[in-house]
Amino acid sequence: MTVSNAIEVRDLTVWFGSGTERSDAVKRATFSVAEGGSFGLVGESGSGKSTILRAIAGLVPTWSGEMTVAGEPLGRKRSPAFYKKVQMVFQDPYGSLHPRQTVDRVLSEAMQLHGLTDIDRRIARLLEDVGLGTGFRFRYPHQLSGGQRQRVAIARALAPEPKILLLDEPTSALDVSVQAEILNLLADLRRERALTYVMVSHDLGVVGHLCERAAVMQQGEIVEVVTVESLRTGAVTQDYTRHLLASAIASAR
Amino acid sequence: MSEQTLRQWLLSDEPTSRRQARLSAWYQGWLAFRSNTLAMLGLLILVFLILCALFAPLLATHDPFTQDLAMRLQPPGESGYLLGSDSLGRDIYSRLLYGARISLYIVLLVAMVAPLLGLVIGTVAGYAGGWLDVVLMRITDIFLAFPRLILALAFVAALGAGIENAVLAISLTAWPPYARIARAETLTYRNAEFIHAIKLQGAGPIRIITRHIWPLCLSSLVIRVTLDMAGIILTAAGLGFLGLGAQPPSPEWGAMISEGRKYILDHWWVATIPGLAIFAISLAFNLLGDGLRDVMDPKGGTQ
Repeated sequence: MTVSNAIEVRDLTVWFGSGTERSDAVKRATFSVAEGGSFGLVGESGSGKSTILRAIAGLVPTWSGEMTVAGEPLGRKRSPAFYKKVQMVFQDPYGSLHPRQTVDRVLSEAMQLHGLTDIDRRIARLLEDVGLGTGFRFRYPHQLSGGQRQRVAIARALAPEPKILLLDEPTSALDVSVQAEILNLLADLRRERALTYVMVSHDLGVVGHLCERAAVMQQGEIVEVVTVESLRTGAVTQDYTRHLLASAIASAR
Repeated sequence: MSEQTLRQWLLSDEPTSRRQARLSAWYQGWLAFRSNTLAMLGLLILVFLILCALFAPLLATHDPFTQDLAMRLQPPGESGYLLGSDSLGRDIYSRLLYGARISLYIVLLVAMVAPLLGLVIGTVAGYAGGWLDVVLMRITDIFLAFPRLILALAFVAALGAGIENAVLAISLTAWPPYARIARAETLTYRNAEFIHAIKLQGAGPIRIITRHIWPLCLSSLVIRVTLDMAGIILTAAGLGFLGLGAQPPSPEWGAMISEGRKYILDHWWVATIPGLAIFAISLAFNLLGDGLRDVMDPKGGTQ
């Protein structure tokens, strides 16, 4: 079986500040995600997992190393073609939607930017796909709940029909009951559209639900890359991973 | 639509078209504005002044420029002079009506030039950052360091006296605060996730600034402009008073006060009545600005 890799990251180092102020948020991270695969990045807050996603998306300019996404080696700038293949869903649904734009405006602008036609019909179908009726189409964000907003954000990310979705803690700002809905939606969408996911989460349960493999991060370094199976059975090699697992089990009780 | 009233259509939770969504947002803003009594008072005074200016030829009882030295300095209500006559026997009431045109004209021109200039400079500086930000903001600082009226005086002195030059001078001195506000607003939004999100859709900086950042800066700018209107009118009146704004015999309110100054002890109405008019229009703008802040400020709670 020859499955090409959707994402390959080698020796990725990301830093903020310069000179003596410089601090490395990510240190020589290396991992790869197979096409159609789902990869989790787990760790405490501040471990650099979101920074990896932002570096891939092109939101952090200060990085070194090699990143190849969908066969395209990444430089300082991202091409429009890149944004058609890779999209991102942000953590905070309250901050990721423009407060003065209706759902319709958000989605139609994304589609216009990607040069899509037949926008009217596409928006209706997209809203259907993420489980929002057309009744939500002309609402403003303040007329939506957190879960509904996150669905709109997912719809926006899906607007250019990307192959890869970067998910930055997509459920952590939501109520527990809504979290499950969004996770199921993401799982369904991945199956229907054959998407590749890279998901950041501090919640091992969420990663276990959605991912097949995961990298455990601590202080900017990838401690180990494990399969979700081995997370479930506890067959992990590093102490830190064991520690994370133990605290996850403790908080689940 | 036959089943529901216009009001229900406007307040619908599930708008069915772009137009309805936009009108609905406007209508809800209007409802919030209407519940603010003082702001409504300001709006009413302004509407009244605009109507006065529009229908000045119909409402005036005299020609504002006709002099009648035999009837000079008549007190209000006498000899058919509703608000008295000035030192050249001109009807103050009629001059007041025509003067409203000049004041509103100044306000309109300044309101179109200064905030736009400030908005462009502020948002570009805030969004671009780096050396462009430094250069633009230092220029702003330089303009901000001059006392407003003095700088306006210098401009008028250089360009020549007259309303248009007064407007230009006021605009050139009024934009720096707007640039500061726009920059501050831009800085709070430039790293917001919704800006990152539209960047990830491939939007360029010009699109992000004009279509995503401007609408967010606009409300605080509109509020600030409305609140500044009083100051702008006073500056215009001050320039008129100093003889550097509108030129006689133009019935500009500041110039009218200036003329009345000589008679203020014996004939109080000549200076007081245009003064009251300036007071009324300034107050109206202040009240309106306060009301708009309650309605438009996104931090005000309705969002």
